[in-house]
Amino acid sequence: MLTTKKSNWKEFIIEKILQFSALISIFTTLGILYVLISESIDFFKEVPLSEFLFDTQWTPLFSEKHFGILPLLSGTLLTSFIAILVAVPVGLSIAIFLNEYAPKSLRKILKPVLEVLAAIPTVVYGYFALMVVTPFLQTFIPNLSGFNALSPGIVMGIMILPMVASLSEDALYAIPYSLREASYGMGATKLQTVFRVLIPSASSGIIVSIILAISRAFGETMIVAIAAGQQPNFTFDPTVPIETITTYIVQVSLGDVVQGSIEYKTIYAAGIALFVLTFILNNISYFIRKKYQKYQL
Amino acid sequence: MKKLVLIAGTSFVLFSCGGKKESSNTLSGTIDIDGSSTVYPITEAVAEEFKKVYPDVKVAVALSGTGGGFKKFVRGETDINDASRPITHFEDSIAKANGVEYIELEVAYDGLAVVINPQNTWCNDIKVEELKKIWEPEAQGKITKWNQIRPEWPDEPLHLYGAGVESGTYDYFTEAIVGKAHSSRGDYTSSEDDNVLVQGVSSDKNALGFFGFAYYEENKDKIKLVAVDNGNGAVLPSVETVKNKTYKPLSRPLYIYINNKAAKRKEVQEFINFYLDKMNTLVSEVGYIPLSDEEIKAVKEKWQNFLQTHSNNQ
Repeated sequence: MLTTKKSNWKEFIIEKILQFSALISIFTTLGILYVLISESIDFFKEVPLSEFLFDTQWTPLFSEKHFGILPLLSGTLLTSFIAILVAVPVGLSIAIFLNEYAPKSLRKILKPVLEVLAAIPTVVYGYFALMVVTPFLQTFIPNLSGFNALSPGIVMGIMILPMVASLSEDALYAIPYSLREASYGMGATKLQTVFRVLIPSASSGIIVSIILAISRAFGETMIVAIAAGQQPNFTFDPTVPIETITTYIVQVSLGDVVQGSIEYKTIYAAGIALFVLTFILNNISYFIRKKYQKYQL
Repeated sequence: MKKLVLIAGTSFVLFSCGGKKESSNTLSGTIDIDGSSTVYPITEAVAEEFKKVYPDVKVAVALSGTGGGFKKFVRGETDINDASRPITHFEDSIAKANGVEYIELEVAYDGLAVVINPQNTWCNDIKVEELKKIWEPEAQGKITKWNQIRPEWPDEPLHLYGAGVESGTYDYFTEAIVGKAHSSRGDYTSSEDDNVLVQGVSSDKNALGFFGFAYYEENKDKIKLVAVDNGNGAVLPSVETVKNKTYKPLSRPLYIYINNKAAKRKEVQEFINFYLDKMNTLVSEVGYIPLSDEEIKAVKEKWQNFLQTHSNNQ
């Protein structure tokens, strides 16, 4: 009798601890949302939303102030696009190779090596882009400036590679074996099976992996802050210095901008723009995953 | 408990320093300093060193800018004002009206370097008007090629790098070049971190940038200086040309101003003595050009004379 009481009591404590841990994440999200929204309300009192969305210049720190998010947005989209251009084909190839072609012994080596890529601190990637990749690219793109979107974009692609590869591989792995057998039974070759049967059936899982990788690229800060430049530039030219939303937030937080001023509030407006972007992407991926799970049944 | 730690800590500091300068360590009080953000790093560095020796003296260093600092100084609200230009007649007249007397001491020189990439073969000198044409707010989005500055320069894109907007360097550059402090184009790579600028210019053939001269000295092998022509011929910045004032308008002396009444207080006297002793090492550390030994000697004499004449008046 005594022992059950004691274990009940213990269980209660553990249950509460677990509950508390779960609540921490909810409260953190709510807290961040509250700060972002309350501070950017002040910002949007002074700057009309139309200017924020459609002005093509972003110079809140200068004497002639413009508050158009487009230059920062184009910087974020450009670097992320380059990263996806690198990560998706390579990541997908790795996933297919690991799942369908690689002998077990090679798979055992390749998988951990791939995961090491995810363990490299992004600040290291940033300096890698600035000191190694940019000078290398300059040998055959002579007009490439020291800060540009191309080099950090490529390096960011390498950084999110493990994410695309391992999530896509999971998706491929989850396909019932009967599908492969049916395909082979129809006389299809291995390559045909992979591209006509496996990838289409795993497509939702693959798309989810790509979307998650995109939102990771949007939020990435160190690589672009170090190697992409600090010049808001409404352009899709990958060879010139640009500035992403995250870099701008870092730049202002580290500078001597007076707290509470309109210059300071711009980082919350930029933050909420970034939040909305990644929020939409995460929801799309959640939606696709839901749909995908339905088909699995 | 906290109090106990405090007492123990203080007595430890007192005992450990006590052997040498027993009398001076008993100094206490507050020294209020305000003024230029350019001079701020020097004064702040001196204040930090000073606090190590005299932990009971509070040195509060603010940075409202030279003008903002003088506003308070001429009303007698602050003891010392950091200044990156001499006091104006107008400010001086307010000081007289308020019965505030003061002394001006030179503490360092500041120079700005205009720099390019070593691979840039065409640009060796640049006129002040050309710099203005590049950096003024109207140039934004329009002056984007080297041949727009001088027709014989190549048809290459112009990438600009410069000090962050909140820095004294930026104020100083815009005031000297554009003619109005805090006014420039916004489409350039701006960073408070000079390392970022050095990295940018050193890896970009079409770059043009500006930052503190001391920073160039540290990175001589990676970037190239541009001589600045103010109408009297192009002059390269160097310790000599900054000191002999031929490198204009991108160089200037830096000052501190001390209120006469404050100068009668022991802790302020000790602080200024300390300042004049330590500043040359600290000045180079924070990136400015130090005074020569003779100049330091002259400044010290000026300060001692001021102390003697004014303590006699009392």
